[in-house]
Formats: sequence, structure tokens, C-alpha cells
Amino acid sequence: MQEHLDYFIFGIMPYIALTVLVVGSIARYERDPFTWKSSSSQLLRRKQLVWGSILFHVGIITVFGGHLVGLFTPVWVLDALGVPYALKQWMAVILGGTAGIMALIGATLLIHRRVTDPRIWRHTSFADIGILVLIWLQLLIGLGTITLTLQHMDGAEMVRFMTWSQSVVFLKLNAWAMVVNVHWLYKIHIFLGLLITILFPFTRLVHMISGFAAPFRYLSRPGYQIVRSRRKSVKPAE
Amino acid sequence: MKVRAQIGMVLNLDKCIGCHTCSVTCKNVWTSRDGVEYAWFNNVETKPGLGYPTDWENQARWNGGWERSKGGKLQPKQGGKWRILANIFANPDLPEIDDYYEPFDFDYDHLKSAPEVKAFPTARPRSKITGERMQKIEKGPNWEEILGGEFSKRSEDYNFEGIQKEIYGEYENTFMMYLPRLCEHCLNPACAASCPSGAIYKREEDGIVLIDQEKCRGWRMCVSGCPYKKIYYNWESGKSEKCTLCYPRIESGNPTVCSETCVGRIRYLGVMLYDADKIEEAANAPETTDLYDAQLGVFLDPKDPEVIKAARRDGVPEDWIKSAAESPIWKMAMDWKVAFPLHPEYRTLPMVWYIPPLSPIQNAAEAGAIGMTGGMPDVRNLRIPLKYLANMLTAGDEAPVATALERMLAMRAYMRSKTVEGVIDEGIVEKVGLSGRMIEDMYKIMALADYEDRFVIPTTHREQVEDAYELRSGCGFTDTNGCSPGISKGSLFGGSKKALKMPDLKIPQEAK
Repeated sequence: MQEHLDYFIFGIMPYIALTVLVVGSIARYERDPFTWKSSSSQLLRRKQLVWGSILFHVGIITVFGGHLVGLFTPVWVLDALGVPYALKQWMAVILGGTAGIMALIGATLLIHRRVTDPRIWRHTSFADIGILVLIWLQLLIGLGTITLTLQHMDGAEMVRFMTWSQSVVFLKLNAWAMVVNVHWLYKIHIFLGLLITILFPFTRLVHMISGFAAPFRYLSRPGYQIVRSRRKSVKPAE
Repeated sequence: MKVRAQIGMVLNLDKCIGCHTCSVTCKNVWTSRDGVEYAWFNNVETKPGLGYPTDWENQARWNGGWERSKGGKLQPKQGGKWRILANIFANPDLPEIDDYYEPFDFDYDHLKSAPEVKAFPTARPRSKITGERMQKIEKGPNWEEILGGEFSKRSEDYNFEGIQKEIYGEYENTFMMYLPRLCEHCLNPACAASCPSGAIYKREEDGIVLIDQEKCRGWRMCVSGCPYKKIYYNWESGKSEKCTLCYPRIESGNPTVCSETCVGRIRYLGVMLYDADKIEEAANAPETTDLYDAQLGVFLDPKDPEVIKAARRDGVPEDWIKSAAESPIWKMAMDWKVAFPLHPEYRTLPMVWYIPPLSPIQNAAEAGAIGMTGGMPDVRNLRIPLKYLANMLTAGDEAPVATALERMLAMRAYMRSKTVEGVIDEGIVEKVGLSGRMIEDMYKIMALADYEDRFVIPTTHREQVEDAYELRSGCGFTDTNGCSPGISKGSLFGGSKKALKMPDLKIPQEAK
């Protein structure tokens, strides 16, 4: 049973998650762009939003970027650059830990505000609060794994996760077997991560994509103004 | 020269009676929905007062509009692109809904469903956001109606800048006026400039500024960017909304709802031709007092053959050029110089202009003693301080406002003399730099204000946009997958993506 579960979560679920993420997001963007938004509630209540939102976003973006770079940098690149595994792990623990704590404080503030303020709570959907609580849990578990990581600072465990994620990308179907023996806390962290990925297209999380796109779009826009014309062609005077 | 056309508006404040018909009809048409109960695309404020949202005019507080940097660069006052992006998680300049007011409704049903009780049943207020009982309504969209509230609060009005305002708190010196406000459909809109998603745009054909609801992501930078606070964040849909200048009506040659229903007939709509190449330079004039003149310089004379030639070259339709020549906006802004932009110092080059109101002479007892130059009182003795109007309309420059008021007084004196005494007094009109013929025209358009003189709106040219033949037997306007036949063609998700909800083009191949 345990084996089947491991196989499903680490062998199959990543592909389900990525498929739902990509197809779901494209479908939503294509079919219902009106629902694609950040759903900001700052207008209704400023209190706790400023600190909560900034801490949460700066923290979570750092953590997210850290996971992307950390997990998907090929191990041979580390070797070529001569970065000791232990050093990389220390960096991950310190940077990720700090950012994780920031994000956790932010998320706590945001949950508190959302639940206790009737203005916000009345207009909170199940998806809104659900995804926020899931992320809060994920942050808590992620920070919890640091205590485990500190017990083996040689970096071997980290390299194991790197190899697993990269194997998944390269469609190595037996990749799941690499992580069956890790601590259950890591396993829950991975499972929740995949679950959040699956839920991504169905929640307000889609605004992440716009958020990452916004700087490119805005900074590459020539000047500030936008003028649209519906005229197909301009006919010159005779 | 790059010629573009814009539908501009002028409001004659001299005739506004503050009835709020414009606001109510606008509300019924556009913002009677969830999430925008608090939003009034059009509202009427009593001045002096702090307005709606509170203190909106004070850009030291809200950082709306543009500023000229020390290096002479023009950028949004809330910050350049990098700064705006950095504030995306929490916008420091965003008003809270309480700065407008907490929207409410009343328990009307209780009036008929209450059981028999000793006290007469009342309809008590309830918040439209939380649905909870509100013990007391603290604020509304028109909280200072007819100088409501104490003077000490209202006198925080930004337009009192540089005025010894204490004396206007005294009963004998009280003054008031109405200020109806809507989106200015600026030539240099700060809302559009602030939008990281690029969802806000100005239409080339008629200058109307709109928000693409499908591209808006709710970053809410436009709300703080607009110095007039005329972009409203719909807290239900998570998208920003604004006045559309009733574009479906404008496109068919009809006036906006607020203009159509104005009982005082104070609103005018007409075409203005402008030079798009001059906008940036005009908005970046070194001194704020230069901005009014700079904007006049952006407008193009629709009777100038060179302009007409350039307009044709740039695709302005023939009837639009003709309408521009008959535009009441042009007459009031350019020919008679009686209309002014609202707060030109925000550097947005607004396109809704205002004719300042006349007011009674300051002290009736001294009326005889006041210099009645040529049958007209000195405009500096009018009850509404000239400086106050100038702060509102010309960034503090009193001279243009004084001239406008003199011309309006001259029009009254001339017409009174003509109709009552039967005497044509050319002396009065020459003094204010006009002619008898111009005064008669002013009288016709500003005083009589016939429907067809107020609204000179050419229809839009759909033939430039779509082929009507291809649209025949279409399925009409739709908000869903509409008349999708269920056949996927071209795209993975059925049908090609359409930017606008236009009727579907479904024609058999052989018909083409």
C-alpha cells in the first residue's frame, strides 16, 4: 500500500499536476480572461494588508525562486562550478529559512485579516481561504523540514531531491523510487506542493503568471500611453 | 502634426443647480451592480468642501497625476514604472473604501412586514459590504451637500490655497458652488500610464479612455494614478471600472446619459481636433500656470485648411472634421475663452472643461459704492473669490478666469440692454474683447442652449472597423460562448479568440 502511494505521489502525480497546471491555465486564460485577476481586497481594508501582503509576497517569491533554481540546477553544474553540496545546502537553509519565515508571518497576518474582518470574510470564497491555508501549511511544513535537514548537512539528501525532480522532467519513470526512503515530512511537503500546483488554475493563484509577466510587459512598453485604433486601414484623401 | 479627434465636454457651472440628476441617471445605468455601489462615475460636489473621495484634490496626500522631475522629465507622481511595480503587493497611495464611504441600503421591507408595535417602524441602514446593521452612517457620496458640516472641516479644501480663508466661514461671506465631476478622458491619462497590464487605453477615433476588463488584473495602480479619483476598483469583480463616456450612445451620435438628462442644460459635447505629437511637450510645461495655455496649443483649428488636410491624411472622417468646426467646445474653450480644464496642474490634459460660475456681489450694501465699470460690477467683488476659481481651473492664474467672468457679465449686460431697453451697447462688448455678433452667439449657445447647439456629435464609422455584409444573420451580442456551434476550428478551445464580444462571423464559404 505504502509503495503504491509513493509510486502515485512521486511517480505519477507530478505529471498530472503539470498537465493540469498548463492545460488548466491556458483554458482559463483563453475561455474566461475576465476571471483572471489578483482579487485584491486592499480597498476594503488596508489594515494588516500592507505588512501581510509585502512580507508574504517577497517571502514566497524568494522561496519559489529558490526551489526552482535549487531543484532544477543540474548536479554537474554544481560540480563544474566547484560548489560544495554542503555549502549549497547551507545557503538554501539560510535564504529559504529567512524568506520562509517572512512568508509565514505574512500569510498568518493575511489569514487573520481575512477571517476576522467581516468585510473581507463576507467576500471570501472557499477557494480563496482554502488556497491560503494550504500555502500556510506548506510554509509551516517547509520550515519544519529545516530541522531535519540540519541533522545531515552533507547535502546528500538535497542532491537526492534535485536528482528526483530533474528525473521527473526527463521522464525517467523509475524516479519515484529515489525518494521513498526520505522522512515523511519531506513527503508531505512534496505532496502539498503538487496539490497546490493542481489547484493553481482554479484559484486566484493564476495572478502569479500575470505578476511575473507584468514587469516585462510594463517596462518594455514604449513610453507610458496606450492608444488603440479599431480602424482597419486609413484611407488617404483623394 | 498628427491629428486625432476627441469628444470633449464642457460644463457650464454658472447654470448648475446641484440637482444630481446626472449622478442618479448615470448610477442607474452604469453602477447599480455589486462591488460598485460606492462608485459614482458622475458625482456632484458642493464647493468649498473636501469632496468625494475625501480630499481627492490634494495630491500631496494621494500622489495622483503627473509631476515634472527636477531633471525636467514627466512621470506619474506616484512613481515611475519601477516604483509602480515595486508597490504592486500593497499600493501605498490607494484610498480605502471609507475614504469614499461605506455603501449602505435600508431595511425597507421592515416598513411593511413589521408587526404591530407602539413605535412607528423605521427603515434602518445596513452595510452593503458586510450586510450588517450600521448604527450610524458616517459618510456618503454627497456628505457636504449645500455646505453641510462645519466650515473648519470644509475649509481644508485644496482650492483655498493662498487665500485668507477664515472670513469665508462667517455667515455674511459664505459662498458656494456646485462641481459635477466625471472622468476627464484626458489627453495624457495618468491611469493608463500607471497600468502595468496595459489594460487602459485611449481610443484613437474619439479619445474615450476605457479599461479592457479582460486584461485588467486588479493591480489597482490606476486608482491611485488618477488625480481625479475617477477610477473605481470593483471589490466584487476585482477589476477597475470607470466612466465610459457612454460610448455606445456617443457612437450612435447621442449625448451621454448625464448630458442628456441634465435639467439645467449645462453640459455640452463636441469634437475637438488635437495634435497628438504635442501632448508630451504640453503636459511637461515648466510652470503649472503654463499648462492651461499649453493645452490650448494642442488643439487644432478645424477651419484651418492645413489642419483639414492633415486630418484627412490621418484618417479623421469628413463628418468629424465638419462637426469639429461646429463644436460648442471649441467655441467656449478657444473662441470665447470662457471654459477651463479642471486642475490643469495635474498635467493630465483633461478634456472635460468648466465654465466658472458667476456669483452675487460680495456686499450688497456696498453695491452702489463698488466700481460699476460700464454697468458691470468688478469680478473681484464677486462672492466666490477669484483666486478660489483660479486654483480650481487655471492652477492659480487669475487673469484668464477674470476675463471669462467679465465676458459672461458683458453678455448679460449686453442682452439686458438689448432686450429690455432696446439699446445695442457695443461699448460693453468691446471692453471685454468680443463683438456683438460673438455675444449673440454666446447667448444662443450658453444661455438658450438648445439641444442641437449643446450636442454636436458625429456618429462613429463602423464601416472602418467591420464589414456589415459579413455580419448579417449574426448571433448578436453575447456574453458566453454564445452561438458556438460546438465545432472546434483553429483553436484548441473552439473558435478563434476574439478580443471583443462582437457578433460571430459565421458565413458559409460559398457566400464570400
